[in-house]
Amino acid sequence: MNKVIIEEEFISRLSDGMTIGIGGWGSRRKPMSLVRAICRSPVSNLTVVSYGGPDVGILCAMGKVARVIYGFVSLDSIALDPHFRFARQESTISATELDEGMLQWGLYAASLRLPFLPTRAGLGSDVMTINPWLRTIKSPYSDEEELVAMPAITLDMAIVHVNRADSSGNGQILGVDPYFDDLFLMAASQRYISCEELVDTEDFLKFGSHHTLAINRMMVDGVIVSKRGAHFTSCDSDYSRDEVFQAHYAQSAKTPESWQAFRDLFVLAESHQTYLEAVDSFGMASYGS
Amino acid sequence: MGRDITLADICIVACADAFRGDGEIMASAMGTIPSIAARLALSCFEPDLLISDGEAYFIRNPGPVGVSQTDAIDFQPVVEGWIPYRKVFDMLWWGRRHVMMGASQIDKYGNQNISAIGPWEKPKAQLLGVRGAPGNTVNHKTSYWVPNHSTKSFVSRVDIVCGVGYDRASQAGPTAQKYHKLERVVSNKAVFDFQSPDRSMRLVSLHPGVTSDEVATLTGFEFICAEPLSYSRVPTEIELQAIDRYDPKGLRFTEVDDRQAIG
Repeated sequence: MNKVIIEEEFISRLSDGMTIGIGGWGSRRKPMSLVRAICRSPVSNLTVVSYGGPDVGILCAMGKVARVIYGFVSLDSIALDPHFRFARQESTISATELDEGMLQWGLYAASLRLPFLPTRAGLGSDVMTINPWLRTIKSPYSDEEELVAMPAITLDMAIVHVNRADSSGNGQILGVDPYFDDLFLMAASQRYISCEELVDTEDFLKFGSHHTLAINRMMVDGVIVSKRGAHFTSCDSDYSRDEVFQAHYAQSAKTPESWQAFRDLFVLAESHQTYLEAVDSFGMASYGS
Repeated sequence: MGRDITLADICIVACADAFRGDGEIMASAMGTIPSIAARLALSCFEPDLLISDGEAYFIRNPGPVGVSQTDAIDFQPVVEGWIPYRKVFDMLWWGRRHVMMGASQIDKYGNQNISAIGPWEKPKAQLLGVRGAPGNTVNHKTSYWVPNHSTKSFVSRVDIVCGVGYDRASQAGPTAQKYHKLERVVSNKAVFDFQSPDRSMRLVSLHPGVTSDEVATLTGFEFICAEPLSYSRVPTEIELQAIDRYDPKGLRFTEVDDRQAIG
């Protein structure tokens, strides 16, 4: 089955109030072109689940988000995302902050169709008090340990960016870390991947070993071809993070005017292609030609 | 003596000594000085430690801090293992890890905050988030590095408990306490451990030139002192060479900027 779709079709499948999981980690291999597609769409009131980076910051700044479920939000080389900080400090979003491992456990439980998975992580910390709905459970065995019952985090939609994909939805991750992308996809009812390059299935193993075939087509409903789709986050081994542009993104939080300029030129660029053209002219201006 | 010793050197060996005796476990270091310290420990006295490049490889011969370990041109990294984040979580829940984290706030019992300052619903300052601190602290050994010792960082009560301290672990019960161990806290002034009757912070050593009164003034809670109280040790000549090798650009001074010669 050919699952290749265009961004407009992806946008048509979004709806208000959805819970969307976003793959990647911090400012690494984030499906940024799809994040911008969400920004262009009319949807709002989203719950976003993420090992957060600029995906979370941008969606918050665009007013798309009601709630964020996260372990951290960081730009890696810039420790804190100023747009996310602003949203938290102005209390424009509801925050569900979890230990990074608890977040994994929640996605894993959802992907295994279990109501929860037990863990020690969270015990004794304020994760239990800022999320008072979290429960503990006593081991039914003789150890009688009292563990956190991390509930499944089921997703309405997951979006993930990969290096290579074929038209039937197999995805190849060529970077050193697949992060938790497979869990995001398995925890979701609608699953979309964007890819740097669409390739023939028989060519996968020319790009990397079998270990890089992290996403199989059972996990995917739609494939969006999006070269440089993770920009400005890193997408090794295709490209590293655009640090100059990321610094510009962080700077844009300084004033409402600087954000508006950034938003209009980049975030709301009418297509991924328009975005890349704007990025390239910005790059020429910053680096000199 | 090859070169002058500075406060940063004292802090690095104080952090490195936290890993002493750890053997064949993963040493995870957050921040520049802990990263130099873990490398120093590996090369000078804990040869079995495992150190990652911060991406997804264990590197047997880690190179300088602040540069990509696999892209560096002036040294050949030896990749000895694959450690993507999912495996990091497995290793840490397995307990084979000692992490040295930072702390925006830390209290008497070692509760640590890196999440937010002020009320949770509308914080005055949103920081990183709890990250892995809750899970780290109840699963394996944890130490802290606090480069700016003041009553703002050493507080009577942290705003959000991320890393779990001894009092909170005890209140949470035996499952939280089972693998909980806070090894030491190193600041730019002194070294603390938790070897006191109520597992509260105990001053173990003062960095050269620092007095216990000064530390008391900069600390938002009362603490007991080890007897005898000593000065933090100075690096050996070999350790100094290791510091220069792992930090040729002097990135350590971005965390501890006092460059005056000590002693």
